[in-house]
Amino acid sequence: MSGVSQTVEQPESFVFTDETMAKAKEVLAKYPEDRKESAVMPLLDLAQRQHNGWLPIAAMDYVAGICEMAPIKVYEVASFYTMYNRTPVGENHVQICTNISCWLKGSDKIVDAAKEVLGVGFGQTTEDNKFTLSEVECLGACVNAPMMQINDDFYEDLDSSSTKAIFEALKKGEQPKTGPQGDRVGCQPAGGLTSLKEQANA
Amino acid sequence: MPKLTIDGNEIEVEAGYSVLQACEAAGIEVPRFCYHERLSISGNCRMCLVEMERAPKLIASCSMPVGDGMVIHTKTDKVVEARASVMEFLLINHPLDCPICDQGGECDLQDQAVAYGLGTSRFTEHKRSVQDKGDYGPIVKTEMTRCIHCTRCIRFTHQVTGTAELGGIGRGDHMEVSTYVGKAINSELSGNLVDLCPVGALTSKPFAFSARSWELKPTESIDVFDAVGSNIRIDTRGGEVMRILPRLNEDVNGEWIGDKTRYAMDGLKRQRLDKPYVRRDGKLVPVSWDEAFNTIADKLKGMDGKKIGAIAGDQADCESMIVLKDLMASLGSTNVDCRQDGSKVDAGVRAGYTFNSTIAGIDEADAILLIGTNLRWEAPVVNARIRERYYRGGLKVAVIGEALDLSYPYEHLGTSPGDFKKITGGKDDFSKTLKAAKKPMVIVGAGALARADGADVLGGVRKIAESRGMVKEGWNGFNVLHTAASRVGGLDLGVVPGNNGKDVQGILEGAASGDIEAVYLLGADEIDTAKLDKTFVIYQGSHGDAGAACADVVLPGTAYTEKSGTYVNTEGRVQRGLRAAFPRGEAKEDWAIIRALSDALGKSLPYSSLGDVRNRMSEVNPIFNDYDGLQAAEWSDFGGTGEPSSEALVSPIENYYMTDPISRVSQTMAECTEAFINPEQQKTGTNG
Repeated sequence: MSGVSQTVEQPESFVFTDETMAKAKEVLAKYPEDRKESAVMPLLDLAQRQHNGWLPIAAMDYVAGICEMAPIKVYEVASFYTMYNRTPVGENHVQICTNISCWLKGSDKIVDAAKEVLGVGFGQTTEDNKFTLSEVECLGACVNAPMMQINDDFYEDLDSSSTKAIFEALKKGEQPKTGPQGDRVGCQPAGGLTSLKEQANA
Repeated sequence: MPKLTIDGNEIEVEAGYSVLQACEAAGIEVPRFCYHERLSISGNCRMCLVEMERAPKLIASCSMPVGDGMVIHTKTDKVVEARASVMEFLLINHPLDCPICDQGGECDLQDQAVAYGLGTSRFTEHKRSVQDKGDYGPIVKTEMTRCIHCTRCIRFTHQVTGTAELGGIGRGDHMEVSTYVGKAINSELSGNLVDLCPVGALTSKPFAFSARSWELKPTESIDVFDAVGSNIRIDTRGGEVMRILPRLNEDVNGEWIGDKTRYAMDGLKRQRLDKPYVRRDGKLVPVSWDEAFNTIADKLKGMDGKKIGAIAGDQADCESMIVLKDLMASLGSTNVDCRQDGSKVDAGVRAGYTFNSTIAGIDEADAILLIGTNLRWEAPVVNARIRERYYRGGLKVAVIGEALDLSYPYEHLGTSPGDFKKITGGKDDFSKTLKAAKKPMVIVGAGALARADGADVLGGVRKIAESRGMVKEGWNGFNVLHTAASRVGGLDLGVVPGNNGKDVQGILEGAASGDIEAVYLLGADEIDTAKLDKTFVIYQGSHGDAGAACADVVLPGTAYTEKSGTYVNTEGRVQRGLRAAFPRGEAKEDWAIIRALSDALGKSLPYSSLGDVRNRMSEVNPIFNDYDGLQAAEWSDFGGTGEPSSEALVSPIENYYMTDPISRVSQTMAECTEAFINPEQQKTGTNG
């Protein structure tokens, strides 16, 4: 999807709140005065967070103004990275990885479970505006495949039932357990350590 | 200088050359799509792959700098196979709709597919298609499914025009070249995108589906819509001008031309004067040439020469101007002027009315002061040259005049000649910058010199140039930027008032007061014709514009495409255009009309051919011996010594797309005005 979606209602204007502006200034301070363009990605992220998880054209133009760059260059960045949403998303942006590792470990079932519970397909938002379902490429958690990302959290080692449980919890407004859904710790081997069990004597 | 071996031949090239440039220097063709001499290197099309010894893979020759001892092969099996593969990839998503594509016949993709491609495709899946999003305006037509993503157009809008409208939106297979927000390309150079595009993605909207490239006959000519004298190629089919393209001349226009130069030519088909007219009972009625001449002869015979005036318009060729001047002299009149805008430039000192540093000199300048000029509209290719220079770094620009968007940043020093003091005073920062600069330059616009105090403005600018070290051995940074193609030629030929002669203003006022009884307008339309009510007006020109409307006799002349003419550009470069099409109807070449009229007046001029007229031009001024040449003009005193008024400097052009009889009737220019000028004026005018 490369153009401006015709169905999306674009707000007339966009400005940072004082709170976001304070964060933006911290970001800008990391780069030299004449290299403001470098701050474009973190600033777009701040804008997206302020604006319910998506970037209207007004927000991209606003960031272009702050970074002193041509608006088209900001559109290029925002359209290149899938983490920037140029159409509105629901409260929970569900991004399911279907890349090779997750696919081999059964991401198809996760997708089916999500579609079943949420009643929407990829690229769609539930009627209550609580969930938007997206298909994404590798998010870098292959060791705990299959996985999905909801807003800023990773949910790993999924199966059909744990996926459904996560959605049910979110529907009730509860915060489900993030990370691996089984008993695995972090990204250690499933079923406990197989080597390096003891601290080596220094 | 590094030495390298290309296909077994040793060649020495300048350091900093790319391998591709070295191959070209060795006379070896390397196919390419994304590489363009005037744009930054992007290296994304992969068509220019060549083999370099001791390199594990093929290299992109456009982005690999040459090194001493390199051994390059461009014809090995590996290279041939790689090119075929790249072609195959490029054609995967290309629609292959050549039969209905305007680029067909002059398409890089087509040519290179034949020369380097496989001839077959193994791709059986669906091809990608791209929806055209938005409209790029009246000039560029899009068919983005044909795009091969070379990004030349993107780089052009960022680097050359500075308008930064285009970008690559999305990624991978979904990448599309677009403005994203669907706006038009608002640049005076947008037509060049059509030339740049190696495929049929960006084509010319006014030229759409009107001709095939192989049906066209090219003729070399010179542009007359501004004073730059851009080198152009006029493509005709069966005597009809079909399109105009730029011709490469590094010293003048590079390979760009402005949109007016390229697209105003549809005005050549409208409102044309194709037969002589005489005003009878208040109405212009068509007559024969003899009748028209007799009407003039009846009126002028016996009239005191002092009561006759002649004004040459902005697009007049040198040949017709010199013949007109000679005719007026034979009638005893010295009231001739080629400065219809009332410019106060002094015809006596050539350095005082030319662009002395030359346009190519901009490439070396390190500080530029612009005075009273809107370069983007008065000379878009010169503006692009300054932007290109700015883009390379180390150039500082300041402006005295209107604060307009010139596509590069500048310091705004003031709006009127009163601000000249800031520079001559020596205290201002930019004044110091100019003083410290190795090659400082001042460019004064035609509008600044056409004011009542134009001579003083000219004098003031001369003072700036002299006090800031702009005029020195081997460098003259004093530049006048004219807007009229005929201006420098007219001044060189002395088409200015002689002894006790009246200038344009004098002629017009004389006409109003009755001192002038007859006025000869040679394509002069941008004057106050209301003052000519009581006067006998002879209008010779190509279009029924303001001049013809007030005329008593209309003599149908030719437009620039229909005659061989000499023009001197703002630098003082003498250039010659060739005839591409025949005059309309009964119209004749302009110099020949005046020559024929001289017979009817009983003052036969001694010219029987174009050659005779050109000999006469050389006699009047030897610079006309030297075509395409440029001679440095000698520096001496010129301009007024008074204090110019502090009235704000404004550009004479209100609408880039409509400045003369041809562009005013052009459909394409009208559409551009509607798209780009009117919305702007509403924005700044009624809405504050």
